[in-house]
Amino acid sequence: MPDQLEHLPRLTHLLPCREAQIKTLLLLLGEPEHYSYPSIFIYGHRASGKSHVTLTLLKELKMPHVVVNCVECVSLGLLFEHVLLSLFGSSHTSLPRGPSLSDFVRLYRQLCSEDPAKQTRYIVLDHAELLRDMSANLLPGFLRLQELVEDNVTVIFLSEIVWDKFRPNTGCFEPLLLHFPDYSKVELQQILAQDSCPSYSPELYSSYISILLGVFYSVCRDLRELRHLAALNFPKFCEPLEKGEAKESDAHKLWRNIEPHLKKAMQTVYLREVSSVQWEEQQQKEEKEVGELRGLSAYTHVELPYYSKFLLIAAYLASYNPARTDRRFFLKNHGRIKKTNFLKKHEKTSNHLLGPKPFPLDRLLAIFYSVVDSRVAPTASIFSQISSLVTLQLLTQVGHDDQLDSPKYKCAVSLGFVRAIASDDLHQHALRWTADHRTLHLRHHPVGSHPTSCCLWVRCGPRAAVWEPVCVQRRGIPRQPPALDQPQLCVDCAPAWHWLR
Amino acid sequence: KIHDFHNLQINQFYLSHKCVHCSSASGHFVFFIIYATRSLIIQIHQFILQEDLNKKMLDGLLEFVKKSAASFWCRDDDWMSRMRASEIPTAALVLGVNMPDHTITFESMTELLHDSLTPFVASVQAKECTAMKQLMQKVLQRLMGTNVMVDEDECHLCMSVCVCHLQKSPVKSPRKRLSSSQSEFLQSPPVVVIFRDLEAFSPQVLQDFILVCSQYVHQLPLVFIFGIATSPSTIQRMLPHSVSSLLCIELFQSLSCTQHLATIIDKLFLTSKFHFKFSAKVLQVLVGIFLYHDFSVCNFIKGLQLSLLEHFHSQPLSVLCCHKQEALVHAQQLNDRDGCVMKSQTSLLHHPQGVCQKLLKSLHKYHKNFYPALRCLHVLTSILPKYPLGKQIRELYVLCLEKKVWETQEYDSAMQLIRMLAKDELVTCLQKCVEILTFCKSKKLKKVGEGSAENRPVPPSEGNTLEVDHHALLLHPFCVPAKYTLYASTIKCINHLHHPYSSFNYSFQTLLEMKECRRTRRKTPYEILRNAVVDYIDNLVKTHLYPPESQPLYEVWYYSSSGTVRRHLNATPRTSIQTALSHPYCYLQNEALKNDSGIISSAAPDICIIYKLHLECGRLINLYDWLEAYATVATAAEGKDPSAIEGGKVDELKHARFIRAVSELEFLGFVKSTKQKTDHVARLTWGGC
Repeated sequence: MPDQLEHLPRLTHLLPCREAQIKTLLLLLGEPEHYSYPSIFIYGHRASGKSHVTLTLLKELKMPHVVVNCVECVSLGLLFEHVLLSLFGSSHTSLPRGPSLSDFVRLYRQLCSEDPAKQTRYIVLDHAELLRDMSANLLPGFLRLQELVEDNVTVIFLSEIVWDKFRPNTGCFEPLLLHFPDYSKVELQQILAQDSCPSYSPELYSSYISILLGVFYSVCRDLRELRHLAALNFPKFCEPLEKGEAKESDAHKLWRNIEPHLKKAMQTVYLREVSSVQWEEQQQKEEKEVGELRGLSAYTHVELPYYSKFLLIAAYLASYNPARTDRRFFLKNHGRIKKTNFLKKHEKTSNHLLGPKPFPLDRLLAIFYSVVDSRVAPTASIFSQISSLVTLQLLTQVGHDDQLDSPKYKCAVSLGFVRAIASDDLHQHALRWTADHRTLHLRHHPVGSHPTSCCLWVRCGPRAAVWEPVCVQRRGIPRQPPALDQPQLCVDCAPAWHWLR
Repeated sequence: KIHDFHNLQINQFYLSHKCVHCSSASGHFVFFIIYATRSLIIQIHQFILQEDLNKKMLDGLLEFVKKSAASFWCRDDDWMSRMRASEIPTAALVLGVNMPDHTITFESMTELLHDSLTPFVASVQAKECTAMKQLMQKVLQRLMGTNVMVDEDECHLCMSVCVCHLQKSPVKSPRKRLSSSQSEFLQSPPVVVIFRDLEAFSPQVLQDFILVCSQYVHQLPLVFIFGIATSPSTIQRMLPHSVSSLLCIELFQSLSCTQHLATIIDKLFLTSKFHFKFSAKVLQVLVGIFLYHDFSVCNFIKGLQLSLLEHFHSQPLSVLCCHKQEALVHAQQLNDRDGCVMKSQTSLLHHPQGVCQKLLKSLHKYHKNFYPALRCLHVLTSILPKYPLGKQIRELYVLCLEKKVWETQEYDSAMQLIRMLAKDELVTCLQKCVEILTFCKSKKLKKVGEGSAENRPVPPSEGNTLEVDHHALLLHPFCVPAKYTLYASTIKCINHLHHPYSSFNYSFQTLLEMKECRRTRRKTPYEILRNAVVDYIDNLVKTHLYPPESQPLYEVWYYSSSGTVRRHLNATPRTSIQTALSHPYCYLQNEALKNDSGIISSAAPDICIIYKLHLECGRLINLYDWLEAYATVATAAEGKDPSAIEGGKVDELKHARFIRAVSELEFLGFVKSTKQKTDHVARLTWGGC
């Protein structure tokens, strides 16, 4: 048994449920005087204890180390200076302006020769995925820093992304990979139950935590977030106890009291629809006093000037109608078009499933003039309204080759938004020219009865970097209000949807 | 203030260049002085308005910043606060899409925060922070003050530097003296970062910045303020859950733009204190620009200032547009110096010379009576179904400016509807009217208001009827049981009548018929009174709501050139370029170019010929065909036979002229070269559609 494992029991006590990882790390770090492996790559989801375990380990074992948060390093110089300052003290750092990796290595060697390492030095790079965007040689350089500076130094990378996404195509030194898996439900229960409230018994708090996990575990596995939610809702849980309506042993009564409350919390405060301060204030008041607190996404109405509304509607029509159909919709004498083959085969797919298409400025204005009932002069303010719609991100400008002569735009708002804008009866008639009537029918199905109604943009797991379509009925809750006009199909529903069509 | 001074200089420049035709130097000077004061008054008004309009929101915001700073410093070490994740308090200000106004709002907000709470306020705009580095640089620069160099060395662009600096630096006492209750903020002011236009920020930059700041949330009392133009759901669109969970967002909403406009019109136009007025058309142009184009109060005020300049510049009588006493003095001078100016005015045709002062007085009096009467009428008509005279007071105002309002059909229908109002509605309206009349400046109308308010008998005057009516209405023994049934039946009848209004398809004809039937019946005392009241109101309108054109010397106060305002504020660059190209005569004043037919005149400049020719083409234009067509026209201009250029030979000089004209057209954005065909150019204006 190596001596470095002598710390294991103490550390396991400090860091529960991470015994295997601590053991591996301790073995990897080895004796302080020995050279350690040049680079270690630790990955795992948010709040799975990567940085906490690493830092506690380094601190407890009193190893010389420096922690750099890569988000904060807006330039390379900042990163290098931070490392040198913490490892060698502030006295003699003279990095040139706009330093490169070789400057850093040169200076490191120079400083290191004055102050050679007695123990392994550790450089911990948090949010290491940002290193990829900095200089191309930075990541490979840090991976074999030990070799470059000829010093006893180990670089530890912490990231939420797997190593495969890091590997540069020119090849590099492969670090040791160490994965921190998510905490299981039992582990979460064990960790959360540790910090019980001093005024109540630990058993009570533990039972509270199990209720909390019962509600939230399906949506959120983030330890920090869970702890935050536990703290926010605990006073409500204790309310019957303080009023004397229930005893600590009345588990069922307490559960009945808190469960609907937690469900409400899941839809509001967890999604940050309602801020935690507002949530607490609401709890303190009596239920009758407060009206329903409106979440952030409840305020979707945007007041726009008269012509801006028409411009936005025109942009929507231009984005979602095929350009071929313009003549038919907006011209009085459009000639005869055969009804049977009016839409080509590829156009029969709902445009709302395909997303907005770019259109040139001319087309936008042509549709705008035919949609507005009165005669509008092409004034400067009409054009400036288009650009201000772009600033407001209701339209997006696409393409970069010919911005001056023929700019192209895309409509960035949904049918629901445009409908809300057109709800003013003056604008209502403008929207009747949508080629895509299927989508309109879709909207009449009540939520829940149609296969697509359960398919919404939902964040898949708390840590995912991209939006993924997930069926709400199966996992989690919608983060945004149902956007039925843009259904995103999940694996389960897609076949049903296609069959229906 | 420097800003005002700067404006003054510009005005002086404007006047000195444009008013050269002013008869004498002294006249010029007088114009300028009056104009300058007027301009200042507008600015002051506007400032007051702005403060008022956003006061509620700003107060809420200030309270929020105070509270979050207090909670930071008084963070007690109990279980709850240890357990809670520490979030950055964030205020989301929803300001509406009127982006030009946001600058003023944010300026006043920054100043307010700076004066009353904290010296550490950094306000950033999206365009100056395209990357994380710039954002960091700007924020740190503004937090630490300009005396601390954030050098290009980049080595100090780190929040920790800022923490050190802010903790070390002795806090400069805020400019205003603080009361003792607020003194704790002197030791520990919050650090406020304002993002002026959240939508325009790159989401990545914002996310990174929030992540960095969340690392320091224990050491710095950070507060964020997001300026949002569209809707608060933008935050959720821009920030993923992992980042938005670091914020504790509270929402603040400003008033809607139309409310702003209503306040401005109410405070600047519907008052006799402010002597500069718009005619109906100019007002419509300005309100139209506001409602149809930008929702911007700033631009509205700019329009007001522009028309003020134009008014003083173009209207000689505008020298009289000032306070009554000054105006009388100026009028005396005018009479002495040049009576011809006065004579030239249309409104003075039928008045003898030298009555100017008297007319001026009557003009002032007219306005003193006009606005209270207008407000009274609006109170009564704004509760009617379908708003025959407009829902907003500005609509009624425009109507009254245009013509005699009582001659319109809408007015008649409104009066008929008023004659059917129920007692409680009518009484509340009349009470409001009494309030308006009591507070108005006109002595005549005031008497009416006071009399009825204080239950004092009034000497027989014009207002007597209303007084009596009002008393009768308020104090009439309707509650006497015997008459109660009568009253009740009236109410019932009225209720019955009211019902069809609210339904969507009521016809006015049926209403009238019902009224006719009722007339045959004996009238209840309430009905008699109501008729008397309506007659009185009608009388009030007919005496006081004359359109201003009917008043002599109305040109002194009213600016009526709507075309100028429209040209200046709502410019049409495309149309002017197209006019210049298709009708060069408008700009060149050359008789040879004067023709109305669509024929391409060969005397026109090359670019005009080229432009006319290109209008006949489709999306792609063959350059060679174009050149040949041009050569034909140009040869005809020289008087030669166009058929002489046959054989594909074009004069080199003409070729060069053609190329130059085409490149000019390209510069103006009508054509561009295309990669599809090398010898073709693409049309950019409607060519494809």
